[in-house]
Amino acid sequence: MIIHCKDLRVFQFSLSFSKEEDAKKIFQGIVHHCLEPKSLRCLFAFSYCENTSYPEVQRKKQTVMFDSVEDWIQDMKRTKGNCRVVSENSNFELSPKLPQFFIVPSNVSDEDLTKYQGKGLPMWCWSHHSGCALFKTASIPLVQEDNVPQTYMEKMLTAVAHNHLYSVKTEDLSDTLPAVQDILLSYNKFKQFFLIDNTTEFWMSDMKWFSSLDNCGWLDIIRQCLQKAVEVVECLEKENTNVLIMEEGGSDLCCVVSSLVQLMLDPYYRTLLGFQSLVQKEWVAGGHAFLDRSNHLHLKDKAESQSPVFLLFLECVWQLQQQHGPAFQFSETYLTVLSDSVHVPVFTTFLFNNDSHRDNILRAESPHTQRSPLNCPTVWDWSVQFDCKAQDLFTNPLYSEKPKQDTSVRKSYRPKHLRQLSLPSSAFKTPPKKGFFKDEADNLKKILGVKRLSRWMLSPSSESPQTSSSVREFYEAWQTKPLDYHGLLLPCLDGPSIRVWMQRYLRWIHDVQILGGGPVAMLSKVSEILGEVQELQRQLDRHGCTLTSNHKGARPRAKTASVIAARSSVRLSSSFPFVTSRNWLFKPAIPTSLLQSLMVTGMAGNLADREDDGGGPESLV
Amino acid sequence: MELLADCSLLPGEERIIDKDIIYICPFSGALKGKVFITNYRLYFKSADADPAVTLDVPLGAIGRVEKMGGASSRGENSYGLDITCKDMRNLRFALKQEGHSRRDIFDILFKYAFPLSHGLLLFAYLSQEKFEENGWSVYKPMEEFRRQGLPNDKWRVTFINANYELCDTYPTILVVPFKATEEDLRKVCTFRSRGRIPVLSWIHRENQAVICRCSQPLVGMSGKRNKDDERYLDLIREANGTAKLTIYDARPSVNAVANKATGGGYEGDDAYQNAELVFLDIHNIHVMRESLKKLKDIVYPNVEESHWLSSLESTHWLEHIKLVISGAIQVADKISGGNSVVVHCSDGWDRTAQLTSLAMLMLDSHYRTLRGFQVLLEKEWISFGHKFANRIGHGDKNHADQDRSPIFVQFIDCVWQMTKQFPTAFEFNERLLVTILDHLFSCRFGTFLFNCESARDTNELRSKTVSLWSLVNSDLSFYQNPFYTPESNRVLYPVASMRHLELWVTYYIRWNPRIRQQQQSPVEQRYIELLALRDEYLKKLEELQLSDSSPNSSHLSNSSTPNATSPTQHITHLHTPF
Repeated sequence: MIIHCKDLRVFQFSLSFSKEEDAKKIFQGIVHHCLEPKSLRCLFAFSYCENTSYPEVQRKKQTVMFDSVEDWIQDMKRTKGNCRVVSENSNFELSPKLPQFFIVPSNVSDEDLTKYQGKGLPMWCWSHHSGCALFKTASIPLVQEDNVPQTYMEKMLTAVAHNHLYSVKTEDLSDTLPAVQDILLSYNKFKQFFLIDNTTEFWMSDMKWFSSLDNCGWLDIIRQCLQKAVEVVECLEKENTNVLIMEEGGSDLCCVVSSLVQLMLDPYYRTLLGFQSLVQKEWVAGGHAFLDRSNHLHLKDKAESQSPVFLLFLECVWQLQQQHGPAFQFSETYLTVLSDSVHVPVFTTFLFNNDSHRDNILRAESPHTQRSPLNCPTVWDWSVQFDCKAQDLFTNPLYSEKPKQDTSVRKSYRPKHLRQLSLPSSAFKTPPKKGFFKDEADNLKKILGVKRLSRWMLSPSSESPQTSSSVREFYEAWQTKPLDYHGLLLPCLDGPSIRVWMQRYLRWIHDVQILGGGPVAMLSKVSEILGEVQELQRQLDRHGCTLTSNHKGARPRAKTASVIAARSSVRLSSSFPFVTSRNWLFKPAIPTSLLQSLMVTGMAGNLADREDDGGGPESLV
Repeated sequence: MELLADCSLLPGEERIIDKDIIYICPFSGALKGKVFITNYRLYFKSADADPAVTLDVPLGAIGRVEKMGGASSRGENSYGLDITCKDMRNLRFALKQEGHSRRDIFDILFKYAFPLSHGLLLFAYLSQEKFEENGWSVYKPMEEFRRQGLPNDKWRVTFINANYELCDTYPTILVVPFKATEEDLRKVCTFRSRGRIPVLSWIHRENQAVICRCSQPLVGMSGKRNKDDERYLDLIREANGTAKLTIYDARPSVNAVANKATGGGYEGDDAYQNAELVFLDIHNIHVMRESLKKLKDIVYPNVEESHWLSSLESTHWLEHIKLVISGAIQVADKISGGNSVVVHCSDGWDRTAQLTSLAMLMLDSHYRTLRGFQVLLEKEWISFGHKFANRIGHGDKNHADQDRSPIFVQFIDCVWQMTKQFPTAFEFNERLLVTILDHLFSCRFGTFLFNCESARDTNELRSKTVSLWSLVNSDLSFYQNPFYTPESNRVLYPVASMRHLELWVTYYIRWNPRIRQQQQSPVEQRYIELLALRDEYLKKLEELQLSDSSPNSSHLSNSSTPNATSPTQHITHLHTPF
């Protein structure tokens, strides 16, 4: 029996010693629980929660859950946004399709809120310090004869434009990014490269590794998402234009792009809690259909809606983190563990399709209906899965907090033009204003009746030949400035820069473990020294030695412990912390495909002879 | 004259010509500026671009200079020079079309970039540089053999080649089986291509297994045998009681067979009873040359955009790297298992040098230190006659010479791959590797000049030129890897899988400004910051004279128990309901 896991582990069991009946039972049991359709009620989460009373830890004060109107108000205040917080839907009175709480441009009226079940309604994501903001929405399918959606859409665009300087750009992601089904197809091809259970197969596939990677298109999808996010960042940062991104459901690629934009622009989201809050805001409260996309229930009719969109987002984050390590408070291991946790059907975070769905289920399932709804852990309660030591692996030893006094200075005056002045003038000729809404509105009326609404808009993608060069210019201008890990971050999108998430994908494959090597060898030394420095700090503090203010900036976070401080006694491998090296044979992996490469180069005729030979090249293995 | 301020000339370097010129930069377009050429370098500085664009190219790095366009060519900047460099870049300059303005600069470049073709000396012979250290004393063969525990009762040092009479491409000092007489060596010599007999390169201190290197046996079409050669290889096997000597033939077996036609070949099963022969499938110098050429096509000036990975694969560059590394792993693994090996290819100066030196790097931590690595290069590459002069074509105008091949570049790439996989195992950093490759071409130092020791002696290289190691060892800290953690006796086995091999972007694509050139990696930077902070705090503690009451050293060393707790182990808790 061979079992392929969603976290890419492969297990092989021999059933030759068990009775046929038992073997059948085992097999059917696994199939029954893992692969057959079932109701949500049967998920492990519910029996787990009923039988577990765990204290409601202080998670609330940590990760912002965006399940209360205060959370939203606070986040808008933090970014100095100026929109309307809608709390009328807290009991889903407006519509079950709308989130409990959300924010819309201040010019949106009450009746606009429910007109198309939330479709076309611009949902606020984040405000740029210049005043412009990012919105997302589900696009309204256009009915030819009926002009109502168009008038509605115009009204909504006006509302968005009104937010700042009467400018708006729309971007229909369905037109420019792959569909969720394509994402699934690509990922399915991609993951096959890692579901490897024997050495021969592994080395066979090694020679064609790069082209196989290329052909499955997964890295390219990652690149496209990042590129789209950079385009949006450019609009916000360079042109200070409001941006409205849209797609059919408004909760897949919109979530990917809007979260990436915020990660690039806002250093708060690069902290651990900030990142978790971002996921809460854009994905959980934002109504990403986690249940359908992950198909926990194995429903045949839902098979089509399955798609690893959230994983795609984590992949993009990993690329950013790989390129700009010190900018992120969380580690690669954190991302890997988070990507695994999606498949653990215990956490409310990933079990539902939207707010009202969660609310309904949890209320209905509650054992004490009169009291509070069922209390299930969220994935952010990491203590459910890991002890403190393991959780320490989530923090990135390279990260250092922004020096305090610096922040206060920056925040008080941060005129955007100063920043723009610092850009090389040649690279920044202001492009012809394409975003002014008034002109656009005129255009709208002229070209009415053509396909879909967004097509009428001047969106970045409509000038595609220019777009990529504009993004490149933007990147290059950014790159010439000194890198500030607490400022704007852009990814390099060149071929060699987009890479495979080694830790996640190669951790279980024995043949590629670098014993005593890999990046962890370096990082563990950093952690080790960090631990020493912190210990010294404590000693100094104990002796009442106050460190002078200029040292405070350089002080590393006190929380980061020196867990990885595995002294030379334990030899870590490149797949740390997922596989420990204890029981490995200290034998090098020798590619067995040397043989194959010979055959490929035109010796197929000798194939038969070779196998009979016995000795010779085979003895390499 | 203002140009000189930016670029200080080396002692012995002389200016030859200045000229107003347009540099057609592939990244920022045509740039007006001034170029000046010395007997060592080409230096260009743009006049009005901000920040100024500069080029500083040693003439030795120039592989080819060509005229572009004619006096009557139309179009802007169509008249000028096209320069192909050996270090993965091309340069284009445009000049005014009037008055044959490029003639003088072309002639001068051509003459000074290829001095040997014009009866001039290489710059290394003109340089007057002085350094604190004399790099020529880095490698002393006897000292190195003594470090390995040689000679001993099984292996002896022979001076039979003191005058290069046995083999003119070998060093003077050789280590051979104790039982082999000088007469035996002369006989074996006749049966090995270019007289490159099997000699010891490295011996394992504990199990006494050895790496021997040589060239192919002269078997020929008729399948000749040579009793002396057979007996000699058996002496190597005997020396540590290895049951079967493993002969690694670096070539693909097809090539080894084909070599019989030209008098070469490989050790047949019948003739060498106690030996097993393994082919390592590494291709020849021509294949490698074409592969790197293809790589240059996809990375310079612009990185191929569509299907980058497939393009990369089609160059086969990393595939060749993989084969070389996995060959070396097999050698190292055999040695670790206590079996002696003999490594050869055709002549034993290209692939053989790659394999033996990489295997030694895996087996012997000494070679992973800054000075040890210099010894390794001096020994396996320079003294054993890797044909640097022919492979690089120092000062030679014949750019299409079929003898040229980036074998040494490929080896340094393999070393880089190893440092990448084991970031704490090497005392030196990437800067050293790039510096080595820069001066492989530059002709500023004598280190990589000439094909073999006999030629170096004839040309009095060591007395008339400066060694690259003089430069390096005068500023060791610049080349030091802060993460280095010495671990002697540890065999390093890199993973020779395409999954882990990556393109050395900071070397091959370093001319592209989009590739962020960081002086230090952020990890390194952070680590050094923390080290400084630790020292500062320690000092403070001492100042407070509190170290007596709380000895910080003991506090630190057991601050946490190194328990590699794995998240996956914990996740099992979840599955048991509690």
